[in-house]
Amino acid sequence: MNQEGINQAAVDPGLTYRMLRTLGLVATLSGLLVVLSYRVTLPIIEENKRLAIERALFKVIPGAVMRRDFVITDEGIQRAQQDLEGTTLYAGYNQEGRLKGVALEAAAAGYQDVIRILYGYDPYCQCIRGIEVLKMTETPGIGDKIARDADFQQNFIALEARPHVSGQGLEHAIVPVKHGTKSEPWQIDAISGATISSKAIARMLNDSSQWVVPIIQQHLAVVEAGALNIDDDQRDGPEASLLRVEESRYAHTP
Amino acid sequence: MPTLPNTQEPVTLDTFLRGLWEENPVFVMLLGMCPVLAVSNSAINALAMGLASTFVLVASNSLVSLLRHFIPKQVRIATYIIIIATFVTMVDYAIQAISLDLYNALGAFIQLIVVNCMILGRAEAYASKQPLGATIINGLGIGAGFTLALLSLGAVREILGAGSLFGIALFGDNFQPWVVMILPPGGFFVLGAWLLIFAWVRQHRQQRLDQEGVPQHDS
Repeated sequence: MNQEGINQAAVDPGLTYRMLRTLGLVATLSGLLVVLSYRVTLPIIEENKRLAIERALFKVIPGAVMRRDFVITDEGIQRAQQDLEGTTLYAGYNQEGRLKGVALEAAAAGYQDVIRILYGYDPYCQCIRGIEVLKMTETPGIGDKIARDADFQQNFIALEARPHVSGQGLEHAIVPVKHGTKSEPWQIDAISGATISSKAIARMLNDSSQWVVPIIQQHLAVVEAGALNIDDDQRDGPEASLLRVEESRYAHTP
Repeated sequence: MPTLPNTQEPVTLDTFLRGLWEENPVFVMLLGMCPVLAVSNSAINALAMGLASTFVLVASNSLVSLLRHFIPKQVRIATYIIIIATFVTMVDYAIQAISLDLYNALGAFIQLIVVNCMILGRAEAYASKQPLGATIINGLGIGAGFTLALLSLGAVREILGAGSLFGIALFGDNFQPWVVMILPPGGFFVLGAWLLIFAWVRQHRQQRLDQEGVPQHDS
């Protein structure tokens, strides 16, 4: 505050009140507008998020047309419900309700910032069936090839992620190799010129699947049975049941 | 330096057009350069950013203009920032509702409209002194100038850097994109080129006016 302002405050007893009144009024108005726009847009934003997840999900689980959410906790794998903390596991089923695969999010530091992906795991071929980049800030034309380079995507048609016989980790770690030197099904053929981004994908897939693949194989029955409940819920409309699961996941406590 | 009116002035077509040319926030006043350089990597991002900023500019300055007699000058900056932040939050939710892809592409720059000095500058220099009508028209003009500038950068950068415009491929498969143009340095290159063109046109016009003996136009 400048000198003039201080002097004025000393001589003008109403100024304090006017300043408080103005800031109070503006803050109240601000609160009303922000809460109103939040309430109006919330259902649309959640629907957008659901569609975005399903679009990515059905891409990384070939053949899936229905989804059911599960949560991985210390006790194993459970159906997603409100207040259940843990890592979300999306399961994809075909029209007949047969499990086609599961999908999880994975993340690791890329060239500029964290890369987040959704990857699909097929517990029957014990391999990774596809990846979809959810968020990245890799260099356009170089690192961002991880999302759309056709050769790189070939790595994820059947990338081996077989659990170790001991039930701990993978039999073979997922590793990146120099472009053109892939010889084993658990290797990822890196993009030449985008080694850091390629390595980030390999690292996040390895870190995530080392931990999660043994759990999935152990609790596979729970996930396979998930489709039965879809049928139960579908009595009052398939959309309703899916939305209910979604609501429980994203519900914000008022 | 652009004119900063201290007294009320009549609302004319010039109130709107000034923002497009004489007081163009980007090409003349060089304000709000952060989003200009950061999100002008494609035409659609540039357009979305321009429209979002225009909405915040017009809405917040309208409110500032309406409340101009009630805001003690000691708390005016705090008041302006609250008003601007409110409308930025609303735009933030609106863009998430319109398209999550667009929201992810614009990243943090939507929230950063709060600190766009073009908007605070207009509130301080114009809206706090002018009636609602003039403020809205001037704000629309400045917003249009900002959107136009962003779009000029975004279109050039997308055409050169990705070989497309609004996501539609313009050249065949043999086109080798000039990737640096969609990277941060490309923003500076294209901005520099546009500023050069703008300066050249202004100088050229001034010379012509001087030759014709017309008194110099204050701009």
